[in-house]
Amino acid sequence: MSEESQTEIARSCFLSTEQFAKLFEVLHALDYEVIGPTIDQAAIVYDRLTSVDDLPRGWTDIQEPGKYRLEKRGDDALFGYVVGPHSWKQKLFPPVSTLSVADRTDAGWQFTEPEQELPKFAFLGVRACELAALKIQDRVFIGGPYVDPSYQGRRNKALIIAVNCTQAASTCFCTSMNTGPRCKAGYDLALTELADGFVVEVATPEGEIVINALETQIATDENQRQAEAARQQAVDQITKTLDTTDIRDLLMSNLEHPQWNDVAERCLSCTNCTMVCPTCFCSSVEEVSDLTGDHVERERKWDSCFNVDFSYMNGGLVRNSIRNRYRQWMTHKLATWIDQFGTSGCVGCGRCITWCPVGIDLTREVAAIRETQT
Amino acid sequence: MGKPKLGVFKFASCDGCQLSLLDAEDQLLAVADAVEIRHFPEASSRMEAGPYDIALVEGSITTPHDAERIQQIRRDAKFLMTIGACATSGGIQALRNGADTAEFMRAVYASPEYIQVLDKSTPIAEHVKVDFELRGCPINQYQLIEVIQSLLAGRNPRTPRHSVCLDCKRRGTVCVTVAQGTPCLGPVTQSGCNAICPSYHRGCYGCYGPAAQPNLVSLSTHALNEGASAAEVSHNLRNFNVYAPAFRNESQRLTDQIKEQN
Ligand code: SF4
Ligand code: SF4
Ligand code: SF4
Ligand code: SF4
Repeated sequence: MSEESQTEIARSCFLSTEQFAKLFEVLHALDYEVIGPTIDQAAIVYDRLTSVDDLPRGWTDIQEPGKYRLEKRGDDALFGYVVGPHSWKQKLFPPVSTLSVADRTDAGWQFTEPEQELPKFAFLGVRACELAALKIQDRVFIGGPYVDPSYQGRRNKALIIAVNCTQAASTCFCTSMNTGPRCKAGYDLALTELADGFVVEVATPEGEIVINALETQIATDENQRQAEAARQQAVDQITKTLDTTDIRDLLMSNLEHPQWNDVAERCLSCTNCTMVCPTCFCSSVEEVSDLTGDHVERERKWDSCFNVDFSYMNGGLVRNSIRNRYRQWMTHKLATWIDQFGTSGCVGCGRCITWCPVGIDLTREVAAIRETQT
Repeated sequence: MGKPKLGVFKFASCDGCQLSLLDAEDQLLAVADAVEIRHFPEASSRMEAGPYDIALVEGSITTPHDAERIQQIRRDAKFLMTIGACATSGGIQALRNGADTAEFMRAVYASPEYIQVLDKSTPIAEHVKVDFELRGCPINQYQLIEVIQSLLAGRNPRTPRHSVCLDCKRRGTVCVTVAQGTPCLGPVTQSGCNAICPSYHRGCYGCYGPAAQPNLVSLSTHALNEGASAAEVSHNLRNFNVYAPAFRNESQRLTDQIKEQN
């Protein structure tokens, strides 16, 4: 739900692990399609869930630049991992979608909109940095004069069940970006996982409806203390930092810094960092017709500033080198985004670091520029 | 104007690319309707002489006879397009380039004196002007239809030059390199297959050749740092597009490195 509909002080309660399993039935009865963490392709991805058994019970992820591995935990935690290769943008801003369709008829061109019943999602397991990312994409897609109706429809219907991190990866730096690891706003329900259940914070009427359908108990002081300790564990595990002091001016006044050449030698311009980033929003729109030219579909696909042809303008490429493309990406994400949208484009989730095939770490690139700024 | 006349021609190749055209069953009737197929030995015994509006050329040039035949096809064709890795970069058979061809022949054939073959397997563009190169081993039928369609409509074809990685991410495939340590050429390979191999937990083999502005050195340096040997990394590049300059140069650089170390 949007932050505005969130009540001032979240009410909290305790939900046992057994009752949590019933959450799925409750959500399905309310016509939600539940999307959440599950193991697929050697990773914890976000996909459609049918029951509690689809969750990655007892698994965790080990992350470092360019590397991600699943590992068994010593317990039965359901949310004992950090963030993976997918993000919620996959569902709100699908990678490929048909925007409109046109058919040539005797009476002229007939235009139709393929949409569609918009899906009603319940997102289960949204982390603090991801709540911040949703807020950023809201600003991009529905915050200005040009509203994206598909995003808006999906977003307004979506129920957000957040989960507070109780551990962090070596790639996480939400504390530097002021986005986590504590979920503070932008959710309907927020869970903190304990050994025998969850402390639940209920923040909206939609969240109330769901939680009222389950048997809960009063959250005891002991429950609250344990939840606080579990959340503190994540804070303590965060080691990565990004010094954001005057970061906009730092980057914009160092556009010819030699570090851009250095990173260009390593960067593959492969687009992975932008694809996994929960705030990146670029796409291309093209018209695709059948052989006869009588049926045309307007397709929108995720695209990236690292795609060489993304900067093609009449007659040539504007960013015709890896150096220019990396610099474009980083200066937009960390500097000009602030001019454009009033916040940083980075929430510190670390995905671009983990999923870069050669392990390029933006925090190190910024640090290198800061150390030797010109 | 009548329908454009189409000819399909074959040089050293496995016929897989022509089969891709035949496989495009649902679209093939529409193609047959939109163009006049005058020469397509794989599909029909009807073979009519040029000129052709569109010539699709499969295969690489490996014999003196090939080298002459392509000249005539070029003279006969208004628009000449290569289809597949063989025609575009010399194919898997270009593995022999730089090796002793005569020795290979003695090893393989009982009477090598009957075989007339050039020293190298070379792409069509080394012999005649090529108007468009369609990549892939084999080509993607949808891309082929797309190019034919763009010719009919008089617009530019949509055959993107970005990496395979972008397609992996669009379809939600988890990166096999990052999550499983599997070597993958996807970051330096051009899109076209819709990232099929990683979706089956395999690394990309580079069937569509080098992506635009590929950074081969960084990819191999990273693989070496992760513990792969220079021989392995070089071997991965020596495939269907071994003779494509970016792959060829990097595999050569690694081979030279190995020699220096020994
Ligand atoms: S960046 Fe922070 S909020 Fe995001 S997953 Fe890591 S610890 Fe959790
Ligand atoms: S920074 Fe890494 S993930 Fe991003 S384009 Fe460069 S190589 Fe690819
Ligand atoms: S730039 Fe990287 S760390 Fe920042 S939000 Fe995007 S993926 Fe996460
Ligand atoms: S599996 Fe290969 S092609 Fe796909 S994202 Fe990873 S490196 Fe790129």
